[in-house]
Amino acid sequence: MKLTSVTLAAALIGSAAFAAEVGPKEVKFNDDSAIEMSLTGVAGDAANGAVIMATRSKGNCVACHQITALSAPFQGNVGPSLDGASDRWSAGELRGLVVNAKMMFEGSVMPAFYRVDGFTRPGDGYTGKAGTEPLPPILTAQEIEDVVAFLTTLKDE
Amino acid sequence: MKFKALTAAAALIVAMPVMSLADPDDDQLVINGDLEITTKAAAPAHMEETGIDTIMSGWHFRSDETQALEMDDFDNPGMIFVDKAIDTWNAVEGSAGKSCASCHDDPSSMKGVRAVYPKWNEEAGEVRTIAAQVNDCRKTRMGAETWKYDGDDMAAMEALITLQSRGMPVNVAIDGPVQAVWEQGKDLYYTRTGQLDLSCASCHEQNYGNMIRADHLSQGQINAFPTYRLKNAKLNTVHARFKGCVRDTRAETYKPGSSEFVALELYVASRGNGLSVEGPSVRN
Ligand code: HEC
Ligand code: HEC
Repeated sequence: MKLTSVTLAAALIGSAAFAAEVGPKEVKFNDDSAIEMSLTGVAGDAANGAVIMATRSKGNCVACHQITALSAPFQGNVGPSLDGASDRWSAGELRGLVVNAKMMFEGSVMPAFYRVDGFTRPGDGYTGKAGTEPLPPILTAQEIEDVVAFLTTLKDE
Repeated sequence: MKFKALTAAAALIVAMPVMSLADPDDDQLVINGDLEITTKAAAPAHMEETGIDTIMSGWHFRSDETQALEMDDFDNPGMIFVDKAIDTWNAVEGSAGKSCASCHDDPSSMKGVRAVYPKWNEEAGEVRTIAAQVNDCRKTRMGAETWKYDGDDMAAMEALITLQSRGMPVNVAIDGPVQAVWEQGKDLYYTRTGQLDLSCASCHEQNYGNMIRADHLSQGQINAFPTYRLKNAKLNTVHARFKGCVRDTRAETYKPGSSEFVALELYVASRGNGLSVEGPSVRN
């Protein structure tokens, strides 16, 4: 129920011509560590979300999570399996988890995918050289929406 | 909140069967059929707060095929570099007209050295790694060019020196004059770096035994260095490995030979106190 209204709202916002993107420093978490509003107002593309999650240079979520619906080889187990994730979490909670999981799980090893500063020895990607904050976020706002769209399809049934 | 914690716990339990597949194995490392290597030992007292009670060599986390390469020196590609280093050991170089052998006789005079380094050098008033000591000999006693800290010459010489102590227990000192450096190394071990915001502990203390993509996470021990990696087909030094791991957190790395990596080496070495010196080893 709640899910439908959220996606409906997102669709409505998406249809507005000038959907302003929510920047990494503007995201607002509610008291449940969730982000209810879409970051872009454009509905996420679940198929692309699946690709991002399995791509090393993008989300690379499979490095730490097992997801049966993805055919990516060598799925890790540093984090819990994401099968059935949307039975456990609302879309807003899933968005909050991908943007910055430390809001939900204090001290988590899961990286924040939409965070650009406040790091110790920030690097320039994987070069080992110094980077300058604000760094580009690991995933763009729309990529986050795509990942969230895919996560909301993960139901146990 | 409580509800969330519970579901996360439930999810972790579901993931358990995968975890047990990835656990470190119970194989026994015997090199050349006669040298028994201690690859599991009780954690040293200073690790009490880590929750780790058994320290383990990275050997336990590798496949049977990779493990086998280390069980016979004829199969161990790292040994080729030991042979090269023996030539270097005897070669006169530099303005003083000396070789390593001029001062140290046979490489066997290095027995026991690997087990206690990094260690305090009273004269210099600093913690020295083997690499720093080798370069100091080259510079001040031989009048020769120093080697690149994590370069091929250095890795090979470290392999030769390490081999002399193979099977002896790692036993680096952590108190007395080295204590401040050891504390610095410990801080670095727990400092989360880079955009991925991960520390050594995130991977090698909290998650050893788990899979991170295709990699089976070990405890990140250095008792087996230098190590021949099948991935880059050469001998790898401790600092080169540290650099790679820090880079993988999307961080600005420290330099091989830097005071930070020397401190980190001392600390990580001390987490292996009780394991055997195992290098030159083989890893993937
Ligand atoms: C370096 C490891 C790591 C990476 C990479 C990672 N995660 Fe996680 N994730 C975790 C851990 C660990 C947890 C469990 C929470 C905790 O204890 O910190 C978690 C929890 C989650 C949860 C809640 C799990 C549940 O079902 O209850 C979701 C959803 C999630 N991650 C999604 C993702 C997505 C999507 C990506 C990639 C865009 C990702 N994670 C990348 C480690 C990681
Ligand atoms: C993102 C995860 C990650 C982080 C953070 C990390 N490592 Fe590693 N490390 C690995 C992986 C993967 C390997 C290869 C598999 C193994 O041996 O654990 C490895 C291997 C090693 C090895 C080689 C062990 C052997 O037996 O060959 C050492 C030593 C090591 N790491 C030390 C460190 C130190 C010190 C730090 C912190 C400066 C660190 N690592 C941070 C992932 C990580």
